Amino acid sequence: MTMAKQRVRFTFSAEMVREPIIYRLGHDFDVVTNIRRADVRSDVGWVVLELEGSDDEIQRGLDWVGNTGVRVDPIAGDVIEG
Amino acid sequence: MAFVKGLKCRECGREYPGEPLNVCDFCFGPLEVIYDYVTISEVITHQRIADGPISIWRYQDLLPASADDPVDIMAGYTPLLKARNLGKKLGLNNLYIKNDSVNPSFSFKDRVVSVAATKAVEFGYETLACASTGNLACSVAAHAARAGIDAVVFIPADLERGKVIGAAVYNPTLVAVEGTYDEVNRLCSEVSDNYPWAFVNINMRPYYAEGSKTLGYEVAEQLGWRVPDHVVVPSASGAMFTKIWKGFNELACLGLLDGVNPQPFGADQNTVHHPAITTRMHMAQAAGCCPIVTAWENQQNQIRPVRPDSIAKSLAIGNPADGIYSLRVIRESGGSGYAVPESQVVEGIKLLAETEGIFTETAGGVTVSTLKYLAETGAIGADELAVAYITGNGLKTQEAVEEVVNPLQVKPMMGSFEEALENRMAARV
Repeated sequence: MTMAKQRVRFTFSAEMVREPIIYRLGHDFDVVTNIRRADVRSDVGWVVLELEGSDDEIQRGLDWVGNTGVRVDPIAGDVIEG
Repeated sequence: MAFVKGLKCRECGREYPGEPLNVCDFCFGPLEVIYDYVTISEVITHQRIADGPISIWRYQDLLPASADDPVDIMAGYTPLLKARNLGKKLGLNNLYIKNDSVNPSFSFKDRVVSVAATKAVEFGYETLACASTGNLACSVAAHAARAGIDAVVFIPADLERGKVIGAAVYNPTLVAVEGTYDEVNRLCSEVSDNYPWAFVNINMRPYYAEGSKTLGYEVAEQLGWRVPDHVVVPSASGAMFTKIWKGFNELACLGLLDGVNPQPFGADQNTVHHPAITTRMHMAQAAGCCPIVTAWENQQNQIRPVRPDSIAKSLAIGNPADGIYSLRVIRESGGSGYAVPESQVVEGIKLLAETEGIFTETAGGVTVSTLKYLAETGAIGADELAVAYITGNGLKTQEAVEEVVNPLQVKPMMGSFEEALENRMAARV
């Protein structure tokens, strides 16, 4: 199985900012999480991190994160331009 | 030759060689081009610029790619028009329109793509790529054709046919992706990691974005080497907004503005602010996608991504890569941000067309409606010099103004014509 790395940005709303999302991502999925930069406040927060694991497991983990209500984006921001 | 020293992370300051990179390996912050301004200051003059081509490449010393053989379809050096009629209507005596809708592929994207394409060829790439819902697709396909290299353009599968034709005519490989906006975004990021292609706004982004500085240079040159008191700029990713500001400050630091003494750029070239640059930078976004303006209005230091829902599709970036940096420029310049109600976007298009004879796309409608708001609220004084940037052509978004088509219906007889004309005149009174 080939291991992959993916760089992503999570954005937390006020409702989600206190949830241990990154801990659970690493604990419940076979994914290594590596935080590089973050700004987390009481009402909002974002975290830029690298994920390492199999493609399928990273995708499964990101789908779960997205379903919690945390926004998942590529680190380069939106790449579709008008 | 280009006077590029390399790339530098905007967040942690780490430096990298001038390669096809866009993200810092350490902190994943965005990379920006850094220049050898000492050497640039020794060669650049007004005369050298004036002797250059009638395109963005007249500013070659301040662009990050070699101008020896640029991929140039003659982007830039677009008209700066004194807008007397619109100015009269808004109570502005010194209003100008920078009409960038007349670029070769009909939007300002030709500026950034010309730089990215030139750099891509310089790096040896054989494929130019992007993900787009309109203007960028057209520009990438056109520049790839000019360069004689392949183009791959990703579009959402449900994109209107009219918007696809403007890119398809240049014969790129069009990839219509079935999926949500976010899924298309994610796929393109993954493709850019896995294919040896020059994605203009991903791995070419540091170079690509620099092309927008020419919007600042040109306005200054066309005003006789001075900068406006106010500019109104439509914003999506926020990159163009920051680069116009950077362009003004570069000119000042290099002593290229009349009556302005040069000064060193200091440790961080990308945040330099020459005290002579007092231009207030006003950002225009549509209410259906205004994450940067929202942050400015709420005095936040973070940009909260949004799901775009706007008729101004060319501004519909919900997670803007340069959002935080453009927010800083608004604040540093003493500017402002305005979220135009969606219902007023078309009003802005019509106002510009009816007063100045310029047909702009929805993004231009956002700009003009913001300008109107700033005039009405007194943010721009009657005699202050203001420039509004019109960045795309109305032929791109004709469906937005279909309501204007309301001809007199007449039989081929004089009586029928005169009756219809009288009725129309009466209705206008």
